[in-house]
Amino acid sequence: MRIIALVCSFCGYASADMAGVTGQSYPASVVPVRMPCTGRLDVSHILSAFRNGADAVMVVGCLEGNCNYQYGNIEARKRVEQARGILAQLGIDGERVEMFNIASNQGWRFAEAVKEMEGRVLRLGPGPVRR
Amino acid sequence: MRSGSNLEKVLEDGRFAVTAEIGPPRSADPEPIRKHARDMKGSADAFNLTDNQTAIVRLSSIASGVVCLQEGIEPVIQMTCRDRNRIAMQSDVLGASALGIRNVLCISGDHQVFGNQKEAKNVYDVDPVQQLMMFRKMRDEAQVWGGDKLEEAPKLFLGAAANPFADPFEYRVRRLSKKINAGADFVQTQAIYDMDRFERWMAQARELGLHEKAHIIAGVMPLRSHKAAMYMKNKVSGMIVPDAVVDRLRTAADPKAEGVKLCVEQIEHLMSIEGVHGVHIMAVAWEEIVPRIVRDAGLLPRPSVREAIVHPYHS
Amino acid sequence: MIIAEQKGIEELIGILEGHKDILVVGCRSCVAICLAGGEKEVGVLSEALRLHSDMRSKGWNISEVTLERACEKEWAYELDQLVEGKDCVISLACGVGAQVIQELFPDVRVVPGLNTSNMGAPEEQGVYNEKCGGCGDCVLHLTGGICPIARCAKSLLNGPCGGSQEGKCEIDPEVPCAWDQIYHSLEKLGRLELMDVPIPPKDWGPSRSGGPRKMVRSEAILTDEQNRMKGGKR
Ligand code: SF4
Ligand code: SF4
Repeated sequence: MRIIALVCSFCGYASADMAGVTGQSYPASVVPVRMPCTGRLDVSHILSAFRNGADAVMVVGCLEGNCNYQYGNIEARKRVEQARGILAQLGIDGERVEMFNIASNQGWRFAEAVKEMEGRVLRLGPGPVRR
Repeated sequence: MRSGSNLEKVLEDGRFAVTAEIGPPRSADPEPIRKHARDMKGSADAFNLTDNQTAIVRLSSIASGVVCLQEGIEPVIQMTCRDRNRIAMQSDVLGASALGIRNVLCISGDHQVFGNQKEAKNVYDVDPVQQLMMFRKMRDEAQVWGGDKLEEAPKLFLGAAANPFADPFEYRVRRLSKKINAGADFVQTQAIYDMDRFERWMAQARELGLHEKAHIIAGVMPLRSHKAAMYMKNKVSGMIVPDAVVDRLRTAADPKAEGVKLCVEQIEHLMSIEGVHGVHIMAVAWEEIVPRIVRDAGLLPRPSVREAIVHPYHS
Repeated sequence: MIIAEQKGIEELIGILEGHKDILVVGCRSCVAICLAGGEKEVGVLSEALRLHSDMRSKGWNISEVTLERACEKEWAYELDQLVEGKDCVISLACGVGAQVIQELFPDVRVVPGLNTSNMGAPEEQGVYNEKCGGCGDCVLHLTGGICPIARCAKSLLNGPCGGSQEGKCEIDPEVPCAWDQIYHSLEKLGRLELMDVPIPPKDWGPSRSGGPRKMVRSEAILTDEQNRMKGGKR
């Protein structure tokens, strides 16, 4: 299983790190990919992830109102929605992609988010492209 | 006389005119028109045949008009700008005149989104003001639009629609004035429920002297139930139905009888307004009630200014 | 500007049946502004098509490029090398751009990736309203700067129909009545008397009804000599 976590450099990355520091257990299937801010997210990034074999994609940004660049995480949420529309047209369940807002000190929430996505993959089966 | 139609004679004689509406069937069978014609014969001076009303495909208004002639009643054919360009309009008006139809009501027509052909391409080559200009030129100058001579001009009594309940209210009478200047001989209004607003509109019309330039025929629509009233209020564009009307029908023991009574009261009221030269009864899907309304309003018998309608189809 | 929106991907996939080497071409002009066919949209569509190809083992080769202005030959020629070996171009330019590309490269099939809709303007980001119907004989000076051809559902020229209520058009309570807008605009301009001037039947000759339109500015046409100096007419 491969879950791509597109995390921002601030809370997203830090919460993943915090999960490790505080000894949270979460599935090893997650591959964090760091981006400056979720505002950098493009719909094509999500599509690329699936094309390259992802079973699910999670986007992790700061809590709403806490974006380091003001509203990058709000934009990201819209793009996740847009990606879902395109995935649906391609016959891919939109539940395979999700936007999470997690604070840097909420390592446990990062772990839960990964578990949530793992649960979805177990329910939906493997992603659209096997590599 | 511009057309020699019965309606024209009644109005020119200064008699209070009665017109009524017949909705052509969604069918190739003319029988429903014949039945309405027989039921309503003698109750009105002329009968409007709607032109694919609410953009629903129906038996054509001109063909329905001919059926009316065969039954010995006089038609007013409605012609929308939605479905014909200027070529078809002028051709159809020549055809209608050739078939003995004299009264033509020029209207823009309900947009096709309301009907059963939503994917249609609409025409709107000309608008109703321009349609009137065109038809008047054909009749008075024996010329088609653009100036080519007509060997024989069509005989037409031209009508326009007016809606005192549309907006901007301040402009509605001036819009009517535009239509009358363009050639409207008579005017039929949208169904009136809000008498105050209609009175204000008429006052403006009188100020411009429109009641002397054209015959204004006030529209009424009898209601069978408060549900019908609610439908008119909420679903029909360009209508105002006051709550008092809805309530009156809701609380009535016999809503149908109440609907007739209300309509008769409205007609009596309209007759008292200076400049109103007639009443147009639109009993949509309730045509059989028309004779009773006309009788109760004391408008019978209709003047027999035209002894018998003579036309090629009368058997 | 020209307003367009993307066709559904499912429809496009159907159109692409039988093709393999596909070039997605966008345009940085109008369709980029209305977020239908600019560089971003080219990227997203290309990636979506690649994903579909991989899922269904279609073996599509998808490449992408965005032109400065697809409707001008000078710019569209930039595809010269890129269409080499391609069997299909998906145009995310408007219908005009798509045709110019097809004319320049008659050997490769150009398919439309957009539904080109109208001449309009962005009201705000993401909202676009039709403004002009290209009738070829403008009447805006008579109508308070609001086009009755494109913005009235019935293209009326002599005032609002009976369906105009509370500023809205009869076709939809969300749609403003153009004639109500015209009335109020003329009122503000102190030109309400224009509402009383009858406009006779319009000459639709200069509109699309007169057949496809061609405009020639003879003074702007280059001589053969000038063309040679410029690098030659292709
Ligand atoms: S009147 Fe004609 S040219 Fe002017 S804006 Fe309207 S459609 Fe365009
Ligand atoms: S309501 Fe206004 S915009 Fe709509 S068709 Fe009538 S005049 Fe035109």
